[in-house]
Amino acid sequence: MRVEITVNGRPHEREVEPRLLLVHFLRDLLSLTGTHVGCDTTSCGACTVLLDGVAVKSCTVLAAQADGCEVTTVEGLGGPDGLSPVQEGFRQCHGLQCGYCTPGMVMAATALLAERPDPSEQEIRDGLKGNMCRCTGYQMIVESVQWAAANGGAR
Amino acid sequence: MIGSAVPRKEDAALLTGRGTFVDDIQRPGLLHMVYVQSTEAHALITGIDTSAATALPGVVGVWTAEDFAELPARPSVPGLERHYLAGEKVHYVGEPVAVVVAADRYTAADAARAVEVTYEPLPVMATLEAALAPDAVPIFAPLPGNLALEQPVTPDDVAAELDAAPRRLRARLVNQRVAGAPMEPYGVLADWVGNGVTVWATVQAPHRVRAEIAQVFGLARHLIRVVAPDVGGAFGVKSSFMPELFLAPELSRRLGRPVKFVETRREHMTHTYHGRDQVQEVEVGFDENGAILALDVTITVNIGGVPDPVGIGLPTLTSYMLGGCYRIPKIAARYRSVLTNTTPTASYRGAGRPEASFLIERVVDLVALELGKDPAEVRKVNLIGPEQMPYQTPFEGIVYDEADYPAALELLLGELDYDALRAEQERRRADPGARLLGVGLSTFVEMAGFGPTPLFEQFGYLGGWESANLRLQPDGSVIVLVGTAPHGQGHQTAMAQIVADELGVPFEAVSVFYGDTAVVQEGIGTMGSRGMPVAGNAVRQAAVEVADQARRIAAHLLEADPDDLVRVGDGFQVKGVPDAAVPLAAVVERSFKPHLLPEGTRLGLESTAYYEPKNLSYPSGAHGCVVEIERDTGRVHVVRYVCVDDCGTVINPMNARGQVHGGVAQGIAQALFEKVSFDAEGRPLAASLEEYMLPGMLDLPRYETHHIETRSSFNPLGVKGIGEAGATAAPQAVVNAVVDALAHLGVRDVEMPCTPERVWKAMHHAS
Repeated sequence: MRVEITVNGRPHEREVEPRLLLVHFLRDLLSLTGTHVGCDTTSCGACTVLLDGVAVKSCTVLAAQADGCEVTTVEGLGGPDGLSPVQEGFRQCHGLQCGYCTPGMVMAATALLAERPDPSEQEIRDGLKGNMCRCTGYQMIVESVQWAAANGGAR
Repeated sequence: MIGSAVPRKEDAALLTGRGTFVDDIQRPGLLHMVYVQSTEAHALITGIDTSAATALPGVVGVWTAEDFAELPARPSVPGLERHYLAGEKVHYVGEPVAVVVAADRYTAADAARAVEVTYEPLPVMATLEAALAPDAVPIFAPLPGNLALEQPVTPDDVAAELDAAPRRLRARLVNQRVAGAPMEPYGVLADWVGNGVTVWATVQAPHRVRAEIAQVFGLARHLIRVVAPDVGGAFGVKSSFMPELFLAPELSRRLGRPVKFVETRREHMTHTYHGRDQVQEVEVGFDENGAILALDVTITVNIGGVPDPVGIGLPTLTSYMLGGCYRIPKIAARYRSVLTNTTPTASYRGAGRPEASFLIERVVDLVALELGKDPAEVRKVNLIGPEQMPYQTPFEGIVYDEADYPAALELLLGELDYDALRAEQERRRADPGARLLGVGLSTFVEMAGFGPTPLFEQFGYLGGWESANLRLQPDGSVIVLVGTAPHGQGHQTAMAQIVADELGVPFEAVSVFYGDTAVVQEGIGTMGSRGMPVAGNAVRQAAVEVADQARRIAAHLLEADPDDLVRVGDGFQVKGVPDAAVPLAAVVERSFKPHLLPEGTRLGLESTAYYEPKNLSYPSGAHGCVVEIERDTGRVHVVRYVCVDDCGTVINPMNARGQVHGGVAQGIAQALFEKVSFDAEGRPLAASLEEYMLPGMLDLPRYETHHIETRSSFNPLGVKGIGEAGATAAPQAVVNAVVDALAHLGVRDVEMPCTPERVWKAMHHAS
């Protein structure tokens, strides 16, 4: 089947198998390998992207379901002038170690700050509970999101 | 720069989606490999029908064990050599039985499901008890039973010492099986071209993988390039032998195309090595003050169905660390490594040492409970004093470096406000509406900085040293190649900090590379907290040597004696003569001008250093955990977690804090949440992240971190390592807190993970 999906502002039209997952559409067809796969059960959140502005786990969305939608991946954040506030917050506060969960975590945090520009620690933990990190123990991710909230938010 | 919390050089790529993990790499003509995994825990394979699979469009082929018969088996304890695929029989659920290659991963997965394997069931021994029962069937036929190894670690017993002790008690402690579960599963991409192969793989020791591939294929090492690109966490589980490291190259060779294998999470949870899984039988003798006089320990470790050679021997490390930070005059230890029909076990963060720390810290609390004394007081009676360092333990060659264990405990008790917590605990116990409060202490020491070579070569490594090459570029910037292969530890940043200090160059002017056998001179790898203690010192040594070369050229430039030069700002100056100075950049440029150098001077400023540690290093500290327990559900809430760590010199406090947090998180997770279990038929009950309780943000607390910096005299940087300390310290801090909260009810132990069900049962069925 044919799908047309706008990714990071650019439209892409492709012929796909109906069972193709959005994450593989992004990684294998568009070579946007920043979105990672960490599990098969929608548990870990490494594959989180924004679908029409909403954080979704792209390993549980079919490319067909994203037909006609706008997708933002980690490659779509920031810009020529540098990192987005969330990305910069993770850098300043050591919110990443191996970096594998990081793109998904950054996307989920971006969606959270778009909805709640000044979240409490509990709201951050609630908002990111669907994203797993095995390296940091989470506290420095919380601090990264707090840094981002104070320095530009979800831009 | 040492001691400065600079943000990491690694982060820009990882934060923008431009990291390079194995699955991100594409090659022209890439094929995808998938395993057919055993669905049985113990069975004879009576047939494999591949016809339906091979008939699928896009399938290149299906191969079984006999197709790889010419590849030599992986060495192990005699009789336990591992083949690449299961042959006549399967030993655990998840063992690879066949391998499918197809043009894309969806087709490969379809084909793997279409392969029909028929089995003739054999008796399943999924537990230690079943595997050691008198009627148990040997899982490996050459052995008479399932006891793969019975190893006395100490020559004597302590029967006389225990008899002489005024008090003694016994305990049976269980350190359950857990999964390392890095967020990136295992992956390999092999591209065999001509008479050599390039392999990208999620590994912790690329040079060792190159050596093993060379040995299996009978190739010279220069024909093999192994690249560990960005690795998405490892925690020890990416340091073991995996069949795909050899099958992917072999299939690439046969097919003339690149072949990629990337695990699914389900495959990872059943096929990649688990960790821990020890049962510990302990007897301890002590006096009325709580002074421990003798310790007798028998460890039984479950090594699974097709054991890893490292996994078989890990209780050696547990044994060496049994004394913890205490003066225990006599320790007797032995272990048994037992085959079962489960996934094999091997290294996981701490690899044998957290099991020891758990044992001794639980024992100290049990002694305190038995004597009605405060656990902090019993610790103070037994702690090795700073004046006794370096401390020779009862184990030959195990000598602790400088530390102040009592000071760490005092700092912890102060930060916890320990006395106030005890008062609050009493108040809560008297108030039926309040949650119960418990305080757990863990004064720990672990073993890090692996080598030296005589120890580390026993684990299959070429040596216990680490290597670094440092060379100045003509513009004064620096390239460093280091033999470790990190996976989140921040070596680009920490190594650059060391170089900046030793060489007097800006941090920004240093780039660090690793993880590629074609780029990096020989190396050993990243495991056993050896990054700073071994590799860091290799980098420092290379920098010292290059600085010395630069000094000689500067002296020639300034027409002075090298000994008369002092370091200033960005270069050298003749002592006391500010006008006679030269910047480092000018020295480097001069180093490339042979006609302006003294006869016989080697061109360039460059050194390759190999640093061999004389000894292991011993990170230590004191951690404390405060829990609240819901009386009606048994649910445990970690309300405070306080760490005091002594990892010697801290290179980057932000990185060090991150390492402590991550290790503590995994330790708390082992104490409260995680367990890999199997049913009686050996079927895995935790084969996905839906079933395996990997903690999320709501499950883990804030961590309060503090450092005591006692330089180690064992290496020039004075560092000890920090990667495994948290995972070593935390499980027993939490369990001690849980038991402490329930002690007034007669509870003496709660087995990990301390789930609400277990805690509730302990509360209601305590004797």
